[in-house]
Amino acid sequence: MALAIVLILIVVASVLFHIYSPWWITEAASNWGAIDNTLLITILLTGFFFVVITLFVVLALIRYRHREGRKNSHRAAYEPENRRLEWWLMGITGIGIVAMLAPGLFVYEQFIDVPEDAHEVEVVGQQWQWAFRFPGEDRTFGKSHVRWIADNNPLGLNPDDPAGQDDQLVLGNEVHLPLGQPVKLLLRSKDVLHNFYVPQIRGKMDMVPGTVSWFWFTPTRNGRFEILCAEFCGIGHYSMRGLLQVEPHAEFRSWLAQQPTLAALLQREDSTPEDPLLKRGRLIAQQQGCLACHSVDGSKSLGPGWKGLFGRKEKLSDGSEVLVDEAYLKRSITDPADQLVAGYPAIMVAYNLASADLDALVAYIRSLTAATDNSQGSSQ
Amino acid sequence: MAYADQAENEAVHEPKSFFTRYIWSQDHKVIAIQYSLTAIFVGLIALILSGLMRMQIGFPGSLEFMDASAYYQAMTMHGMIMVIYLLTALFLGGFGNYLIPLMVGARDMVFPYVNMLSYWFYLLSVLVLLASFFVPGGPTGAGWTLYPPQSITAGTPGTDWGIVLMLVSLAIFIVAATMGGLNYVTTVLQARTYGMTLFRMPLTVWGIFMATVLALLAFPALFVSAVMMLFDKLLGTSFFMPAIVSMGQALDHQGGSPILFQHLFWFFGHPEVYIVALPAFGLVSDLISTHARKNIFGYRMMVWAIVAIGVLSFVVWAHHMYVSGMNPYFGFFFATTTLVIAVPTALKVYNWVLTLWRGDIHLTVPMLFALGFILTFLVGGLTGLFLGNVIVDVPLSDTYFVVAHFHMVMGVAPILVVFGAIYHWYPKVTGRMMNDCLGKLHFWITFLGTYAIYFPMHYLGFLGMPRRYYSFEGYEFIPDSAQDLNAFITVAALLVGVSQLLFLFNLFWSVRNGKPAGANPWQATSLEWQTPQTPPPHGNWGAKLPVVHRWAYDYSLPGMKADFVPQTVSDQELQRRRSREQVGGES
Repeated sequence: MALAIVLILIVVASVLFHIYSPWWITEAASNWGAIDNTLLITILLTGFFFVVITLFVVLALIRYRHREGRKNSHRAAYEPENRRLEWWLMGITGIGIVAMLAPGLFVYEQFIDVPEDAHEVEVVGQQWQWAFRFPGEDRTFGKSHVRWIADNNPLGLNPDDPAGQDDQLVLGNEVHLPLGQPVKLLLRSKDVLHNFYVPQIRGKMDMVPGTVSWFWFTPTRNGRFEILCAEFCGIGHYSMRGLLQVEPHAEFRSWLAQQPTLAALLQREDSTPEDPLLKRGRLIAQQQGCLACHSVDGSKSLGPGWKGLFGRKEKLSDGSEVLVDEAYLKRSITDPADQLVAGYPAIMVAYNLASADLDALVAYIRSLTAATDNSQGSSQ
Repeated sequence: MAYADQAENEAVHEPKSFFTRYIWSQDHKVIAIQYSLTAIFVGLIALILSGLMRMQIGFPGSLEFMDASAYYQAMTMHGMIMVIYLLTALFLGGFGNYLIPLMVGARDMVFPYVNMLSYWFYLLSVLVLLASFFVPGGPTGAGWTLYPPQSITAGTPGTDWGIVLMLVSLAIFIVAATMGGLNYVTTVLQARTYGMTLFRMPLTVWGIFMATVLALLAFPALFVSAVMMLFDKLLGTSFFMPAIVSMGQALDHQGGSPILFQHLFWFFGHPEVYIVALPAFGLVSDLISTHARKNIFGYRMMVWAIVAIGVLSFVVWAHHMYVSGMNPYFGFFFATTTLVIAVPTALKVYNWVLTLWRGDIHLTVPMLFALGFILTFLVGGLTGLFLGNVIVDVPLSDTYFVVAHFHMVMGVAPILVVFGAIYHWYPKVTGRMMNDCLGKLHFWITFLGTYAIYFPMHYLGFLGMPRRYYSFEGYEFIPDSAQDLNAFITVAALLVGVSQLLFLFNLFWSVRNGKPAGANPWQATSLEWQTPQTPPPHGNWGAKLPVVHRWAYDYSLPGMKADFVPQTVSDQELQRRRSREQVGGES
């Protein structure tokens, strides 16, 4: 009997939880509200089966449980099978299945049918950051391959492809899209699997190195939305974050106009080759996964961004202040919890680097400040 | 029945020394116990790993050593151990080994020596797996799906040694599972005793038999992918590796396909779900029937449903890959096949609850676990309809909804069956009952606790919380209350984890201190309860093999006082018993 009561309580509690749960789908910001409808149909139908079958078990328990010591204890019926009943039940189940599958496939058909007027945007993933590319005036992307990746060509675009010269590159984690215009995202990856996922957009798709995947949507709401990686991509997976800003067309155009073209980037060719010490530091930062939490463009992430960090005064979590110098950086790498910058979680692990590696890494972090502020850099 | 004749006429040969009897044993029952204890041992490691993970999710930063690397390593090993080294090994190597020969009336497996080798290869695979905890860099943290390129490139924990040991261990495990599997299939097909037709076999045997067929067909896909990935890692081939730039370095691969690995992995991985589920279906059918004192409802349809699910399980694999970047038109096909498989599965649920209807339901510990399974499996099966339906899957895939779904359907549900089955068959294995009070306590904590863990977790998935995140710090779309829910889930998970000590204590304490059980404490009909001795000795049946006259579900036959008729009772004997009862009743 206890079990019967508990099962009833579970059904009631589950239904109440569903109704009052504060954890629910986010407000949609794309045309894929239809996906939410298929979800609701599925919840209603499966919820119905859940309640009915559980209550049937409860009823069976109440009526047919064995009562020890009762005089008129009953005996089980002998009932090998009932083909008619079984076919009926399968028929009803089949109808329920069709009621879920048919609308689902109908919406899926739209999901993979890209409208003619969709504009294309490329998303490039790498451990653990995002980059974006717009096709420029000619509305055609230049070809890409990892063999063309270089310091001044981080997305690996064919430098000789005329179609690619006017492609505009967004080498940061933030992208803007115009409101109300269908967009087809072309997704690729430089290293491992990633997945472009914005909860409010509903769509998501893996990014696979060596191939280009895609999905489309129409942004229907202005705002800033978080981009998440939804395919496990290594140790920094959880902090591979980006930002999608949806805005009116005019604002989008002026944002886009600021993004450099490939031709401009290629011209910015460095005359001086990279200092071997700084190169070593940069590689260590990549290999150790530092860049998952520390940006090189100064933006805040799980940890402080590195651009402009060196020489700055930082407030620590215990209220004191510290000047970010070589000694402090080294201490923060080997014993991060000791002097934690205020406003950041204490999640960084202590790194045990060889002292030459530590020097190179600190030199690299320092160079990111020097490069932005030449006057200060030369005076150091 | 040529094999039965042969088994009848050959002298039963008894191992003499302690060593050949308990260590290098060829007796299916000893091998079953070796398999089970090893599986439970690694399962405990996986349980502890899950507790460590939950601490990080519920109370971030509370465990100092739980950095992102350790978290992903714990996550990977937890998943891999639970799916392969615990559940697969326990259902096939443990229950399959113990029950198949006893239930079909054989003296042993058809190839006892190969059966013994199967266990030792399994143990070797476990040792290789555990060794990866002690190598430089630790075990692999690539996620249990081991998707390349990430599983073998820098940026993932354990890409030096851990992943190599993982793949080698899997390959050894598959060798072990194949040696065991050939035995189970051949024994079911060739070594049944007199009168044991296929349609008189208990559903336990049907479930394990079909699961073994799936294992023999599906594991090769995993085997080749493990070998190919080893080549990619160690020899520099490019089966799964396209040209990539990893951490700023161009790697020396080109032309491989990461999606090819996913197809191979899930061609194994989806049948694997049913390799775990079908034995659970079979075992729970027999628990429900025995303890409801009623024949399983619709036996023939139950058998055909097992067969249908087994066949269909090979054409649904890409529903794990709807957002993998494969050709999107595959979605139509795989969504349809996946939802079709729900029909035979639903029929099994209906027939279980119809077996309860008009039964004489004894709420014993095994029955409690069986009923807990029905509810858990119901939830897990229904949420599968969300993920199988391609467009509904798109927002939910790779979120906590998936985590909640698969833990319900292939974590908790089969584990509840494992517990129920252990409480049920323990008296046959040891001759003693397990403690009832401890068993009930264990049931209530486990059943309610797991529901409290996984039911709310679906809603974190609706919200969009992605799985495999070490930390959710700073994500604005996630409300603070989600952290409270995660803390609650962690508390429930730790409680359930600790309560398994009740089970372990009961398991070992009852070997000596349990109530003596007798030969057939549940008054069950199937053959394993009719052995001349309990626990059954080497050779199981003494001089003469049992002869089977009826199916395994003659409970509460009309016109009989006793509410069960064992499979060994002939029609003449049944007549005699009936008339004796009537004479006795009149006098």
